[in-house]
Amino acid sequence: MKAFLILEDGTVFQGTSIGSAREMISEIVFNTSMTGYLEVLTDPSYAGQAVVMTYPLIGNYGITPDMESKKAWPDGYIVRELSRMPSNFRCEGTIQEFLVRQDIPGIAGLDTRALTKLLREKGTMNGMITTDESYDLEEILPKLHTYRMGDVVSEVTCSKKYTLENNGPKVALMDFGAKNNIIKSLSRRGCEVTVYPAYTKAKEIIADHPDGIMLSNGPGDPADCTSIIEELAKLYQTDIPIFAICLGHQLMALANGGKTYKLKYGHRGGNHPVKDLKTGRVYISSQNHGYAVDAQSLDPAVAVPAFENVNDRTNEGITYIGKKIFTVQFHPEACPGPQDSGYLFDRFMDMMGGTK
Amino acid sequence: MPRNQEIKKVLVIGSGPIVIGQAAEFDYAGTQACRSLKEEGLEVVLLNSNPATIMTDKDIADRVYIEPLTVEVVEQLILKERPDSVLPTLGGQAGLNLAMELEEAGFLKENHVRLIGTTAETIKKAEDRLEFKATMEKIGEPVAPSLVVENVDDGIAFAEEIGYPVVLRPAYTLGGSGGGIAHNVVEMEEILANGLRLSRVGQVLVERCIAGWKEIEYEVMRDSAGNCITVCNMENVDPVGVHTGDSIVVAPSQTLGDKEYQMLRTSALNIISELNITGGCNVQYALHPDTFEYCVIEVNPRVSRSSALASKATGYPIAKVAAKIALGYTLDEIRNAVTKKTYASFEPMLDYCVVKMPRLPFDKFISAKRTLTTQMKATGEVMSICDNFEGALMKAIRSLEQHVDCLLSYDFSHLSCEEIKEELRKVDDRRIWMIAEALRKGISYDEIYELTQIDKWFIDKIAILVEMEEALKTRELTPELLKEAKRIEFPDNVIARLTGKEEREIHDMRHANGIVAAYKMVDTCAAEFAAETPYYYSVFGSENEAEHTQNRKKVLVLGSGPIRIGQGIEFDFCSVHCTWAFAREGYETIIINNNPETVSTDFDIADKLYFEPLTPEDVESIVDLEKPDGAVVQFGGQTAIKLTEALMKMGVPILGTAAEDVDAAEDRELFDAILAKCGIPRPKGDTVYTAEEAKEVANRLGYPVLVRPSYVLGGQGMQIAINDNDIDTFIGIINRIAQDHPILVDKYLVGKEIEVDAVCDGEDILIPGIMEHIERAGIHSGDSISVYPAQSISEVTKRKIEEYTRRLARALHVIGMINIQFIVSGEEVYVIEVNPRSSRTVPYISKVTGIPIVPLATKVITGHKIKELGYTPGLQRPADYIAIKMPVFSFEKIRGADISLGPEMKSTGECLGIASTFNEALYKAFLGAGINLPKYKNMIMTVRDGDKAEAVDIGRRFEALGYRIFATRGTADALKAAGVKAIPINKIEQESPNLMDLILGHEIDLVIDTPPQGADRSKDGFIIRRNAIETGVNVLTAMDTARALVLSLENTDIRKLTLIDIAQVQ
Repeated sequence: MKAFLILEDGTVFQGTSIGSAREMISEIVFNTSMTGYLEVLTDPSYAGQAVVMTYPLIGNYGITPDMESKKAWPDGYIVRELSRMPSNFRCEGTIQEFLVRQDIPGIAGLDTRALTKLLREKGTMNGMITTDESYDLEEILPKLHTYRMGDVVSEVTCSKKYTLENNGPKVALMDFGAKNNIIKSLSRRGCEVTVYPAYTKAKEIIADHPDGIMLSNGPGDPADCTSIIEELAKLYQTDIPIFAICLGHQLMALANGGKTYKLKYGHRGGNHPVKDLKTGRVYISSQNHGYAVDAQSLDPAVAVPAFENVNDRTNEGITYIGKKIFTVQFHPEACPGPQDSGYLFDRFMDMMGGTK
Repeated sequence: MPRNQEIKKVLVIGSGPIVIGQAAEFDYAGTQACRSLKEEGLEVVLLNSNPATIMTDKDIADRVYIEPLTVEVVEQLILKERPDSVLPTLGGQAGLNLAMELEEAGFLKENHVRLIGTTAETIKKAEDRLEFKATMEKIGEPVAPSLVVENVDDGIAFAEEIGYPVVLRPAYTLGGSGGGIAHNVVEMEEILANGLRLSRVGQVLVERCIAGWKEIEYEVMRDSAGNCITVCNMENVDPVGVHTGDSIVVAPSQTLGDKEYQMLRTSALNIISELNITGGCNVQYALHPDTFEYCVIEVNPRVSRSSALASKATGYPIAKVAAKIALGYTLDEIRNAVTKKTYASFEPMLDYCVVKMPRLPFDKFISAKRTLTTQMKATGEVMSICDNFEGALMKAIRSLEQHVDCLLSYDFSHLSCEEIKEELRKVDDRRIWMIAEALRKGISYDEIYELTQIDKWFIDKIAILVEMEEALKTRELTPELLKEAKRIEFPDNVIARLTGKEEREIHDMRHANGIVAAYKMVDTCAAEFAAETPYYYSVFGSENEAEHTQNRKKVLVLGSGPIRIGQGIEFDFCSVHCTWAFAREGYETIIINNNPETVSTDFDIADKLYFEPLTPEDVESIVDLEKPDGAVVQFGGQTAIKLTEALMKMGVPILGTAAEDVDAAEDRELFDAILAKCGIPRPKGDTVYTAEEAKEVANRLGYPVLVRPSYVLGGQGMQIAINDNDIDTFIGIINRIAQDHPILVDKYLVGKEIEVDAVCDGEDILIPGIMEHIERAGIHSGDSISVYPAQSISEVTKRKIEEYTRRLARALHVIGMINIQFIVSGEEVYVIEVNPRSSRTVPYISKVTGIPIVPLATKVITGHKIKELGYTPGLQRPADYIAIKMPVFSFEKIRGADISLGPEMKSTGECLGIASTFNEALYKAFLGAGINLPKYKNMIMTVRDGDKAEAVDIGRRFEALGYRIFATRGTADALKAAGVKAIPINKIEQESPNLMDLILGHEIDLVIDTPPQGADRSKDGFIIRRNAIETGVNVLTAMDTARALVLSLENTDIRKLTLIDIAQVQ
């Protein structure tokens, strides 16, 4: 079946329908990872977005147990080619079946490089995937212009708190759309992780006396999360060590008077170099963000940049003065992507007083 | 960290002559690194014995020494030039080993020279088997467990511990004989007992068998601050068991999930960090196909063939960055030269698929085993890029220059299913074709996988290609089907064959339906950033992004494709210099080539690089887009010449010598007419099409005759026939190589072979020098020792050669390069071959005369005259030095290859000996080629009857040098009769002790074995030569070579070599 990707600037790409045949409108973003398509599909941070994979051959190793959450989150999936026959010892099925089962609409067989270049030049755009061959641009384009993602954190967070027992430090994980490997990275280090819904009040968490608080990644515009930001400001006031990733990092900055802004086309992939400003060391990181913290907007007496992106010098991490708080924009939990910055979880462990 | 200001003068060591396993990739890496160092204002001293390289050009380094790569030479060079640093990681294993020897001897420290790039300690940790194992164990990185055992019980106990199957490798046996794979205790007992018996030291290495595992490589970079990145990973389609140089390789890996990918990536970073490498490094893994288990196979702490491939596959210039790291820069300080926006610490991301295929020399070594093992056999490789794997594979196949263009090119349709399965068990260079046939015959993926261990993902891709063949054969060719066939890169001619249409029809149907190639950029970042380097590959069904340019005159330079015997790195040298010269003349330059190992495919050589197959269709797609003002074909060897006709049909003017004149040189009748008109004699001969005609001509001329196909390079298919039977055999072989062109039969003349390269502007000619071959005619010029200036011909003969060259160049209306080979017999000069194009000797003669021939020829092509370029036409005065080009062979790598020299070229590379006297130059040339005598002063002589008289003289001289001569009966009798002491020795079929025992006894320096001419070569001789080569004994098969060697050995007073800076040669 034919499918069409219509962008808000009026560009139309034709391809073949994959996954669900239903129509969708979403923000179109691209990811440059060459492996890890399943981790991307199941990363809750992609809620409210349709993802273009720049690597042209997707689905080569099929569906493996490497899900980063229970389901697939993107609104749509855009690829050059899906492998008709996956091959891997852990393969449990094809990506084609997975997309259908997960009801994710998608399009294959289009020039993903041309699409990526367009998004790079014009910035992230809204778009529609449809299988309706008689689509009417005049009717669709205004819809694309007015489309707003809205509150997506509430869609991805867990509905009630739960605990993964262990005998190490107690970590309260605020789930803004947490990837499994954040939980695993903590569990592996012996932490007892209690996962809290995103809208849990600060006082409830404080009352549970965690040894540390982990703020997770998540989707959407951080500035929209006003109620969460208010609670984070309260957590900041405590002496509990806090480590935050991605959305959590942005929200903590906002809670301390900082500002965030939307990047032209974001950073999504597994190859971005980030520099630890204290040591000068560079690490290759896994990234997935459309917004960044404006480091200039923070009071240097409160917070200072800890990491920056080597390519475009955008902020990649913040250390809070006089506090056991540090936050990073990138993903030390990897999955997909390089594991080079996994040591940051160890730093968090140290802040909590090491393994008990 | 900014650059280390203490580094001011750097010695760069190259890799020496091209041999199998160490080829053009080091010229590419070395050239890039030297340019990178010079960019930093450093003084660069270069040492490399290979004159065919671009890196040994005076444009690349400040001081250039084309001298033998020995410890003595490096020491002397360091004392002469006083560099403060040595960069050893760019010259392959040869360069690395030299640096290690100097370091270990304390010479570097004594002379205050530091090793930059990587420390000696690091090299040792990576290279020394035991240290490497200990280091890996320390950081918990698995290596395949192994143990040396001396009895069967220990072996069985160890095998129980590590699990079957195990590989058994007896120590010190010839070619691994007596080894094998044991799957259980029964097999173990049998193979191990036998191996212990065969091993000279009674030892067998028992190793965990990882054959059949996935072979994965990572290219890693690390700087002195400890920052590290991976440039690229690659997956071998052929599982562990085939040398990666002989494997089909795909980048990035295709069948690894993120878990496996990151697991190995993290491992590679741990290894490079533990080894403390600063620069580039290659880590090879074996990954179990059904678990996460893996083993580190090997680490190369230097640039390598794989790093060249990774550089071309990603656009990330590994050698350039490695050189900057050696100077102290960190990855985040080095700008990515492709994007100019990102830094070297940004890991490349690909949005396409790269396939590399090896170019194997089995077309040259017909008797050789095609089996692929852990011993590399490929002489070169091709790379292709596409947005799908099938397309990349199809493009790679047609880039190979071995008469293949699709998966039907080797016809196995006559084999039964059982036979195919049997063939699939064998690993050879035609395996993917065999898999395609298996799929056509309905053999299941599972079965194919069981037999080959090739991942089913790849098998499925081959199936997709096979299904398309079937669709084209059976379905109506609709625009949709055509579009799909082109998406996976079926060439028009194959589609035409399968659909029963004309190629033109397919071409026209494509254009009528807008199915044309579009070009995408290799930008290191999957389009995330705008890149500025126009490095393109084609795809069908996409938007074109090749930049439209039309301001300057455009010239298309056609590259020379994969390195193979007969067409080596020399042609890349010519292509690159031609490109640079056109750029200086104000042209926009466009290179098309498909060889990832070369300088010409570096991203900043031409204004635009198209990494594409060199077939008429692929070239036409580029021509349609670029509309060049002309194309130059005379520098890219036969690959480029073959495209001449197609280019003319496309309406592209051929710059320089016109195509009809190129034809005239190849067409026997036209050429004979020209020779007659010019009054130049040539050996008598005729053009034939069949064996019958050939025999008729041969008998008319009288045997021996030379038989060869026209339009070939490197004497491919050329043979000396001594009777009718030979003709039948040879014509059969020629026809197997599927030639559309006629066959030439010439009278074989014995005489001195002389060669000239000249530049002609239509009126005047310029001959930089005359080269003389040491070996008499009959041995391919590429395999002969070549001496400049010619030593044994008279002034009159020289003038005659000059005059003939002038007449021929003018008669052929040559504009640019011409290469002529002559035979001089007495004062008579005959022309045996004319090539109106650049030749193999051009880099050599340019360097030793100091005359930049390629830039000169290019200027002439653009309309300049020799006179206005500051040269006096004619033969130039000889340089102050004697320069000898010595061929270098890779026979030990190709099992079953006959090493005796003849009209068909067999050498893979060359080295140079340059000195002010002939004897020193000769000594240096032999030294550079690795012939370093004596060790034991024992030699074997076995010569054909016609050579016995000469054998006496040579034998006497060796005897005088203190050699013990062993000889077969006939040769011994001849020697003894002339008073030369010779020890008769039994032939191999006779009882021990015989020749073979002597050779295998490892105490022979040299074998002189001249086989009889003709097809009926003695089987004995073949076995002797093979075994000698495989035991590391020098073997000479021509009396002239032997005479040159003895002459060089007689002049032992040459202890202290004088080193000559080529950059100063005027």
